[in-house]
Amino acid sequence: MRLDWELARRGYRRYAAYPGATWAGLFTNVVFGFLIAYILLAVYEHADVIGGYDVRDAIAYVWLSQGLMSVVGIFGAGWYELARRVQTGDVATDLQRPLHVQRAELAYDVGRAGYQVLWRALPQFALGALLFEITIPGEPGRWLLFAASVALAVIVAFGIRFLVNLCSFWLLDYRGPVVLAIALNLVLSGAIMPLVFFPGALDTVLRLTPFAAVLQAPIDVYVGTPLGGSTAAVLALQASWALALYAAGRLLLAAGTRKLVIQGG
Amino acid sequence: MRALAAIYVRLVGARVRSQLEYRLSTALQLVGVGILTATDFVAIAVIFANVPELGEWSLGEVAFLYALATISFALTDIAIGHLDLFPQMIREGTFDQILVRPLPSLLQVVAADFALRRLGKALQGLAVLAFALTIVDVDWTVGRALAIPLAIAAGAVIYGAVWIALATVAFWIVDAIELVNAFTYGGSFLSQYPLGIFARWLRGLVVFVVPLAFVAYFPALYVLDKDDELGLPRALSFASPFVATLAALAAGAVWRNAVRHYRSAGG
Repeated sequence: MRLDWELARRGYRRYAAYPGATWAGLFTNVVFGFLIAYILLAVYEHADVIGGYDVRDAIAYVWLSQGLMSVVGIFGAGWYELARRVQTGDVATDLQRPLHVQRAELAYDVGRAGYQVLWRALPQFALGALLFEITIPGEPGRWLLFAASVALAVIVAFGIRFLVNLCSFWLLDYRGPVVLAIALNLVLSGAIMPLVFFPGALDTVLRLTPFAAVLQAPIDVYVGTPLGGSTAAVLALQASWALALYAAGRLLLAAGTRKLVIQGG
Repeated sequence: MRALAAIYVRLVGARVRSQLEYRLSTALQLVGVGILTATDFVAIAVIFANVPELGEWSLGEVAFLYALATISFALTDIAIGHLDLFPQMIREGTFDQILVRPLPSLLQVVAADFALRRLGKALQGLAVLAFALTIVDVDWTVGRALAIPLAIAAGAVIYGAVWIALATVAFWIVDAIELVNAFTYGGSFLSQYPLGIFARWLRGLVVFVVPLAFVAYFPALYVLDKDDELGLPRALSFASPFVATLAALAAGAVWRNAVRHYRSAGG
C-alpha cells in the first residue's frame, strides 16, 4: 500500500513538472467548452429536454466532459507508453522489478489522474459554473456519489488502455489497435456528444459498454439521470467493468510475458 | 528433400504471418482514422436526430458548411500538417540546419512533407459535400458553381496562414505548444457550424481577427442564398480570396519576424 502511494505521488509529480503543458491543455479544453456550449444552447432553442437532459444539464455535461477528458486520459501517452516499452524491450526491466507491472502502472495512473482533477477538471468546471447556468446538485450525497463514479471511471479507463497496450506483445506494430481504440473510446465514451442524445435504443445500448463507464456514467450520476434511474446500478456497472478489465489485463499480461522475446539482449 | 520442403513451407508461413500481423495493424489503423475523421460529422448527425434545425440552418445546410470547412482543413493538413512537429525542431536545435541553407526558411519547413496519406479526410469531406448538395435546394448559377472550389482553395490558404502564424509561438514557448491546437483544431471545429449560434465576442474574433468566418460561413451564405444573421454586408460573401491573400501575407511577415528573434537551442 505504501508502495502504491509512492508510485501515485510520482505519477502526480511527473505531470506537475510541466505546468506550461497544463495551462495549454486547459486553454484548449476551455475553448472547446465555449464552442460546444454555444452549439448545445442553439440545439436547446428547439427542444426542452433531450434524453433526460435539460439545457442546464447539457451545459454541465460540456464543462464536466471537457474537464474529465484529461482525468480519464481520452487522449495522451497512456495509450501507447507501455506498448512502446514492449517494442523496445525496456519492458524486461519492468518485469524484473519486485512489483506487479499492472498494479504499479495503475498506482502511477491514479497519481496522474489526481493531478488532472486538481489542475484541469476543477478549474474547467469552476469556469463553466461561473460563466454559464449549469446544474449544480444541492445534496452533498450526490457529490460523493459523483466522486466515487469519477474514481471508478479512472480505473475503467486505465483497464481499457492497459489492454490496448498489451496488444503490442502480439502485434509488432501497435499503432493500429491504439488508433482504433482511441477513436472508439472517443465516440463511445460520450466525449463528442452525450450518449443520451443518441436516438432510441442506441442510447441504452451505448451506455452499457465499458467506454460509457469512462465519461458518460460519472456525468449521468452528477446530473441525476443514471441509466435505469438507479445511481447504485450505474456505480455497480462501473465497478464490474473495472474488475473485469483489470482481471482481463492480468491474464493477458501473464500470457504476453510467457510469449515475450527480448531481441538483441 | 521432403524435410527441406517442410522447412520452406514453415519459413514462408512465418513470413506471411508476420506480414499479416502488420497488415492487421494497418487495417485497424485505417478503420480508426476513418472513425476519428467522421467524429465531427457524427456530432452534427446526432444533433439533427433531435432537432430539425440549428440556428436557422437545416441539416443539409450545416452539412454543406461542414464539407467546405473539412475539405479546406484537410488540404491544409496534407500540405503543412507536419508543422505539428515544428516545436520539436526548435527544441532539438535542428532548425539551425534550415537557416544555413540558401533557401527561404518557411519554404523549407513547408516543403518538408506532403502527406497524401491524409487524403482520407478530404475524401470524407467530398462525400458529405455530395450528400449536402442532394438535400439542399441550390439555385445554381455559374457564379455559385465556381464559388465552391474557390471557397475551398481560399479556406485552405486561410487555415494555412493561421497555422503558420501560430507555429511561430514555438520560437518563444516550447512546452505549451498544445495552445496552438485550440486555434487550429478549435478553428476547424467552429467553421463547421453557422456563425450566428456563437456569442458576439467569438463572432467578432473570427470575422475581424482570426478570419475563420471566411473559410466556410461567408461563401456558404452566397451559395445557399441565405441572409447573414449578423447583419454584415453581403459583399463579404465574395471576400474570401482577398482575405486569404491578406492572411498569407500577414503569416509570412509574422514568420520572418519570428525567425529574426530565433535563438538556437545549441543543437
